[in-house]
Amino acid sequence: MANVLVFTELHDGHVKPVTLEILGKLSGQNADVAVIGDIDASQVAELAKYGAQSVHKLKGANLEKYSPEGYSNSLAEFIKSKSYDYVFAGATSMGKDLLPRLATKFDAGLASDVVNFIFEGGSFAGTRPLFAGKCLAKVELAGPKPHFISIRPNALGMTANPTAGAGACADTNVNAGNIRATIKEIVKAASTKVDLTEANIIVTGGRAMKGAENFKILEQMADVIGATVGASRAAVDSGFAPHAMQVGQTGKTVAPSLYIACGVSGAIQHLAGMRTSKVIVAINSDPDAPIFTKADYGIVGDLFQIVPIMTEELKKLLGK
Amino acid sequence: MNIFVCVKQVPDTETKVTPTSDGSFIETSSIKWIMNPYDEFAVEQALLIKQSNSAANVTVLRVGSVKDTEALRTAMAMGADDAALVEAADNLDSYSIAKALKGAIEKTGKKPDLILAGKQAIDDDALQVPQVLAEMLGLPSVSVIVGFELAGNNVKVKREVEGGALEVYELSTPCVLACNKGLNTPRYASLPGIMKAKKKPMAQYSLGDVGVSEADRRVKYSQFRLPPEKPPGKKFDASDAAKQKEVVNQVVGLLRTEAKVI
Repeated sequence: MANVLVFTELHDGHVKPVTLEILGKLSGQNADVAVIGDIDASQVAELAKYGAQSVHKLKGANLEKYSPEGYSNSLAEFIKSKSYDYVFAGATSMGKDLLPRLATKFDAGLASDVVNFIFEGGSFAGTRPLFAGKCLAKVELAGPKPHFISIRPNALGMTANPTAGAGACADTNVNAGNIRATIKEIVKAASTKVDLTEANIIVTGGRAMKGAENFKILEQMADVIGATVGASRAAVDSGFAPHAMQVGQTGKTVAPSLYIACGVSGAIQHLAGMRTSKVIVAINSDPDAPIFTKADYGIVGDLFQIVPIMTEELKKLLGK
Repeated sequence: MNIFVCVKQVPDTETKVTPTSDGSFIETSSIKWIMNPYDEFAVEQALLIKQSNSAANVTVLRVGSVKDTEALRTAMAMGADDAALVEAADNLDSYSIAKALKGAIEKTGKKPDLILAGKQAIDDDALQVPQVLAEMLGLPSVSVIVGFELAGNNVKVKREVEGGALEVYELSTPCVLACNKGLNTPRYASLPGIMKAKKKPMAQYSLGDVGVSEADRRVKYSQFRLPPEKPPGKKFDASDAAKQKEVVNQVVGLLRTEAKVI
């Protein structure tokens, strides 16, 4: 049995779902959780339900806001005081920034953006996509321990019947150390929707959207089904949408339950970024568009007619 | 001011990836290599600084195979002053690459004021090298930057996080910054630029020269394979306006009863 630490970041005081996905998958290992700051009893109970033995709250000065140095110094100090074989975290914006620095403090390796894993004779063996999902490979770690792993949100899925852990809480004082790069200000996003990489449903517009103003028909459908709106590279490069919305090899790689592609032709670099979506719907006027080769349900037709009809049908179905 | 830009050479985004028969990597013989798209923003940012500070020197660094040196020549054609190439396999892991980059910077004998890189390379998509290099050099870092201002030694950058929100960081040089699309618009290399680039100095080292060995490998890949193909889906023709409502109704129904996602 491996000793594992799962670092969880907080979003409005809540642990991110990817933390619970990781804990569920770690069933059979000895898993603790570390959080920087405080979380309430209901969140600790949630972590315990999915298998957390101990929940360590790391506390100290200058840790109110994320900083690459403050967080990595604090976590390194805590990890050095224990004997973990593996440290896991979600491959979120923070996880992707933090884990490389943290792992290097141990001269240790990091397997990024892992989508599945097992322990083979006590050693981590993962699967991860490369070339934006055009291929998969087995990933293993070597060198000094602990070994570090970041897990892509939505990839493992929630364990249906998790084995509970003790969920014992402990406070630990840590030193953030010398912080040279600090956040002075946070500029909120225009949209309050969940990020593409964590979205359960995505509606994407391509070049055939013809203009930024036409994205409102996608927003309307997205509002009905609780989706986040994305865009293809062609749409972003044409100025219809910002890069934060781009799905594909030079944008975001996504794996929602439902992906609805509207007027997206399906360039190879786009397909790479969304092909692991569980169910794909494509709407395109060109019957030969490559997107149809990946679609579970393809509709050949004019998106400007089809999308509003679909929004109405979905409203009816969902009783809205 | 010494600016270093780390670039990687990656398969073109249109590349169809084929695993080798033993699954150890992908077939690379017929690949068209390009500069990693995110690295273009790093090169451009360095050149923008050089435009307003003629004393700035821009060195591009790359760790990878020497099959062709497209990425470094492109960066020098865009305007970088010199380059260094560390010869290595194209499937080196992030820790080894960062250690090799650190070694290459030390070889130049110049003290870095600013190190720029793309936020990720679109081959292994690891998003590690800039942060690992920063930690190895004991420098602060900010990743995924979409805004950059420099005043003396003070740097103000905007980092893009979930949903397009921005974290505004202030720090001082020397530091490591990992660049995202949206930071600037990379220039094209001009014809005179391309001619000049051929004469610009390019140092070449082995991994051993920069202090990296196989013992530095931290991440091991095997069993490269294509993702499982999906069975063909259902396609409906709604090009006739009269049929649109019926088709949409059918598909929405299937999303609930068959796919169970709505």
